[in-house]
Amino acid sequence: MSIFLNKNTKIIVQGITGSEGSFHTRQMLEYNTAVVGGVTPGKGGTLFEEKVPIFNSVRDAVDGTGANASIIFVPPAFAADAMLEAIDAGVEFIVTITEGIPVRDMVTVKHALSGSRSRLVGPNCPGVITPGIGKMGIMPAFIHKEGRCGLISRSGTLTYEAVKQLSDRNIGQSTCVGIGGDPVPGSSFLDVLKLFKDDPDTDAVVMIGEIGGSAEEEAAEFIASEFKKPLVGFIAGQTAPPGRRMGHAGAIIAGGKGTAKEKFAALEKAGIHVAKSPADIGATMAKVLGK
Amino acid sequence: MKIHEYQAKQLLSRYGVPVPKGTPAQTADDAVRAGLSLGGFPVVVKAQIHAGGRGKGGGVKLAKSEAELKTYVSQILGMQLVTHQTGSAGQKVQRLLIEEGMKIDREFYAGILLDRAQSRNVFMVSTEGGMDIEEVAAKTPEKIVKVAIDPASGFQPHHARRLAFALGLSGAAFKSAVTCFQNLYKAYVELDCSLVEINPLILSGDKIIALDAKVNFDDNALFRHAEFADLRDLAEEDPAEIEASKHNLNFIKLDGNIGCMVNGAGLAMATMDIIKLHGGDPANFLDVGGGANATTVAAAFQIILADPNVKAILINIFGGIVRCDRVAGGVIEAAKTEHVAIPVVVRLEGNNAELAGEMLRDSGLNFIVAGDLTDAAEKACAAVKG
Repeated sequence: MSIFLNKNTKIIVQGITGSEGSFHTRQMLEYNTAVVGGVTPGKGGTLFEEKVPIFNSVRDAVDGTGANASIIFVPPAFAADAMLEAIDAGVEFIVTITEGIPVRDMVTVKHALSGSRSRLVGPNCPGVITPGIGKMGIMPAFIHKEGRCGLISRSGTLTYEAVKQLSDRNIGQSTCVGIGGDPVPGSSFLDVLKLFKDDPDTDAVVMIGEIGGSAEEEAAEFIASEFKKPLVGFIAGQTAPPGRRMGHAGAIIAGGKGTAKEKFAALEKAGIHVAKSPADIGATMAKVLGK
Repeated sequence: MKIHEYQAKQLLSRYGVPVPKGTPAQTADDAVRAGLSLGGFPVVVKAQIHAGGRGKGGGVKLAKSEAELKTYVSQILGMQLVTHQTGSAGQKVQRLLIEEGMKIDREFYAGILLDRAQSRNVFMVSTEGGMDIEEVAAKTPEKIVKVAIDPASGFQPHHARRLAFALGLSGAAFKSAVTCFQNLYKAYVELDCSLVEINPLILSGDKIIALDAKVNFDDNALFRHAEFADLRDLAEEDPAEIEASKHNLNFIKLDGNIGCMVNGAGLAMATMDIIKLHGGDPANFLDVGGGANATTVAAAFQIILADPNVKAILINIFGGIVRCDRVAGGVIEAAKTEHVAIPVVVRLEGNNAELAGEMLRDSGLNFIVAGDLTDAAEKACAAVKG
């Protein structure tokens, strides 16, 4: 069944008429993704590319299309409102691509998520793809292959690098999830690992972390005690200086905590197959799978 | 975004957080005048740089007379202040904060920041004021009391009381602390801070006073606070990083000799890592973002080449939706306009990567085309060895 995306997923795009939103909606449609509608307040009643209906609100879009998922391309100042609107309309699965959302706003959104029926991936992420089913995101679809290896990552292009290494070795993917580089992500490694654990279509998982926070360490604890599928891990930022934000808002070693060294140690302690070099992610998984 | 102590105190004081009387100064004359206008001694002379650990580095002095005031002002203003956060070169002191000396009865710590594991703000206090809080956390974690704040109901008086009782306060001092904590939290939220740290927070008689103040802002929220632009002190930032930010490039200078140009923050970090694994030293972190076109690549070349340590450049671009041949065209054009004379190792992966490699080889420029990540790292490390 894969995770997040399946044959029953019906997707709307919030911010479908913006430059990012419209470009990537076309890309998603090209990959045969079930995009059933879009939302741009004030443009309700019109069509995107002469086929996708646009609505004024998420609630209208859900009522009109039966959508159960939404991808958000709304600028940072309005992104929290867009997410809260999707949560309010009961959308089950939300992906937010937007980068640069204030932390205070994400703390509010995160709070609204708890006790709701919605699950959020992102913000500041490439999104989610299940090869053969569809993509809710901005990743290049052509590097992916259908298969049974899951992937979770805080990064964008480094994820593509890892996916290509897998596909080149004929290791296809069940679902690839970019959880994003922000300090307050909608879903953590732990949240996604729990889903992969129960997914009968996922045999193994690649996990790509980076410096900052303690999400990798929390995931490692869960893996050690409950996750029995083979796992390959890599942490970016072994050479990053402390106290500096390395591009991603969440990639910072603060108060001596969140170093790559600590995270690698936690992964190794949990029995994860660690790739020390970013070039060895695919090869390590191939070895683990006996390919 | 970081600001100076004197700016932090001015902001916090607007929220009703008690701070000592003081004036910032950029010249020795102004500083001495500010000290004398306080109407008595002792007077504190404090170096204003963005790094912490100023006291230990000799950047904070207590003057008990006019003569001492003059001596300390001339000593500190213009000095290269070295602290554990500045690196060995130190940071030049271009501003002072001249403050009234306070009677200190007790020293505490107070700090507010995001707890990423809980996705909530936490307010922390400790009786171990004036110490390095990271050291307190490591050695005596029981001496730090934390409360996590529910984002919906916010910081309530009971939170403030719990923190004030934890510091062993009572009577007027307790009331002063409760008010101070409520005001601090209000400032933290309304100003979109990523950190508010008062170390030390002192008890002077029965009053709580912020003797020091560190305030950082959430960069993502600066669009809500146009007024913060005036608080930025460009003298505290690396000139190359300022230049990079003008071009929307994410750049951080490091000490090595292999310049890096990469799209995406994670891949940029991973590229630095693999250079190190192959025995080289990255000169920088540089994320050119998604659209690596001729203009952004040219700006990136300028910024990397401004560092005289750089002996070779490694360009690592994963062309996802952007085609590699387009990126290659941009790299060739930019290398020509910028007259790049040092070896440039280029690794383009993704859509049309082979065509891109041919374009680079046929360009007549000094490109070393690399295949995979390891090949790129090896070639870059070999290039700096000559």
